[in-house]
Amino acid sequence: MFDAATMGSDPSSRTASLTAGLDLVMRDVGLRFDNVMALDGVSLDLGATGCTVIMGPNGAGKSLLLKVMHGLITPSSGTVLWAGVHPKDAMSRQALVFQKPVLLRRSVAANIDFVLKARGKNMARRDDLLDHVGLRHKANQPARLLSGGEAQRLALARALATDPEVLFLDEPTASLDPASVLAIEKIVADARDRGVRVVLVTHDVGQARRMADDVVFLHRGRIGEHSPAAAFFREPRCAAARDYIDGRIVV
Amino acid sequence: MQSIGDALGLAFALVLSGDPDLLEIVLLSLRVSLTATIVACAIGLPIGALVAIGQFRGRNAVLILMNALMGLPPVVVGLLVYLHLSRSGPLGFLGLLYTPTAMIIAQTILIAPIVAALSRQVLEDLHTEYADQFRSLCLTRMQTVQALLWDARYSLLTVGLAGFGRAVAEVGAVIIVGGNIDHLTRVMTTAIALETSKGDLALALALGIILLVIALGVNAAVQSVRMTAARQAYV
Repeated sequence: MFDAATMGSDPSSRTASLTAGLDLVMRDVGLRFDNVMALDGVSLDLGATGCTVIMGPNGAGKSLLLKVMHGLITPSSGTVLWAGVHPKDAMSRQALVFQKPVLLRRSVAANIDFVLKARGKNMARRDDLLDHVGLRHKANQPARLLSGGEAQRLALARALATDPEVLFLDEPTASLDPASVLAIEKIVADARDRGVRVVLVTHDVGQARRMADDVVFLHRGRIGEHSPAAAFFREPRCAAARDYIDGRIVV
Repeated sequence: MQSIGDALGLAFALVLSGDPDLLEIVLLSLRVSLTATIVACAIGLPIGALVAIGQFRGRNAVLILMNALMGLPPVVVGLLVYLHLSRSGPLGFLGLLYTPTAMIIAQTILIAPIVAALSRQVLEDLHTEYADQFRSLCLTRMQTVQALLWDARYSLLTVGLAGFGRAVAEVGAVIIVGGNIDHLTRVMTTAIALETSKGDLALALALGIILLVIALGVNAAVQSVRMTAARQAYV
């Protein structure tokens, strides 16, 4: 079922499940840059709900894995299917918040309006979205003058404006202060509680403990471990993960 | 030989006197070059944007062609437009030769490649920043082009300014297709060429100074808009 030939050849299999929840099946995914395998033999099953945290040292391939899942990067080998459909066909049901928020050169409100209009959503939702992320009072300010935490909250509001079934977050709280981190975690937790499937990349072990239902530990482009969060933090099976959680340097 | 001082004095005197002939020449210059700039932007900006975001076979050849067309010699453009608009040319029936419209057409052909090539660079840089986000949002090509054009609006103002600068300063094309006819197609640059050939260097210099002041004024206005936008991080 998961070989490359099947994925592209049967159109009905790519559209049949567009109304069901999105669960992910990755089989033997590889991503090669020149002669380097940035991802190697990645196989992963994720359910249609919950919060999966992807952890691992720098260069482990976390952000690449996220982009492959979302369909922004096509893997060199293997298959990725969301409820049986190709990532590019599922992309409109997903949203990705980047580590460095990409904000338009417009006001805060106009950043939300842009997405609502582009995706044919109800424009009246803008104020509710800004309220939800605590930025209503900054609606008319230039988006690119927001602080790091505010900018990331705006990026989150913009992602939520698309009504995603899956929300990808690539280190959304890197270099933010604790208050901003908690504000963002609350918004993400709200989304997860409303049934949005969350996939979060983070270096922050504390955040992973607070947010994760399950943890994927990535090391040198391979999955070192994929376990329920409680088991992962209690007794990680992978030696590199153990070192990582204990604060030892992992390369 | 008249001095620069004489020319400056004459320039001020001409401006202060409100000489209607001078005003006519200045206004026609602005009308022709501004119209050409607007039309060139309407043509050049979408082309620049489509090339900026497009991945297609022969893209490098298109880039080389666009950049090469930036250096089109005005007299060659003038000649080509002349051949098309002259009585025996394919568009001769329109009767446009020696009219301001012919001058606008020539200047548009001259500066549309400049607008397209410079805007392509600006928009490609912006698209590099936005590309992944826009793909993630599943934007259509049209939505992407519109968003890039709007978000680069202040940088594109400078691109338009470069086109306007080239248009208002050129003489070769407009003198061929316009004919430098008094009260009809005489603009500042053709008037300067005429006065120089007649030996009235003071008047030629005076017109030159006015042209420079207009160029400075337009640049200052655009720069001020850009600075206001930069303070809001919109550039």
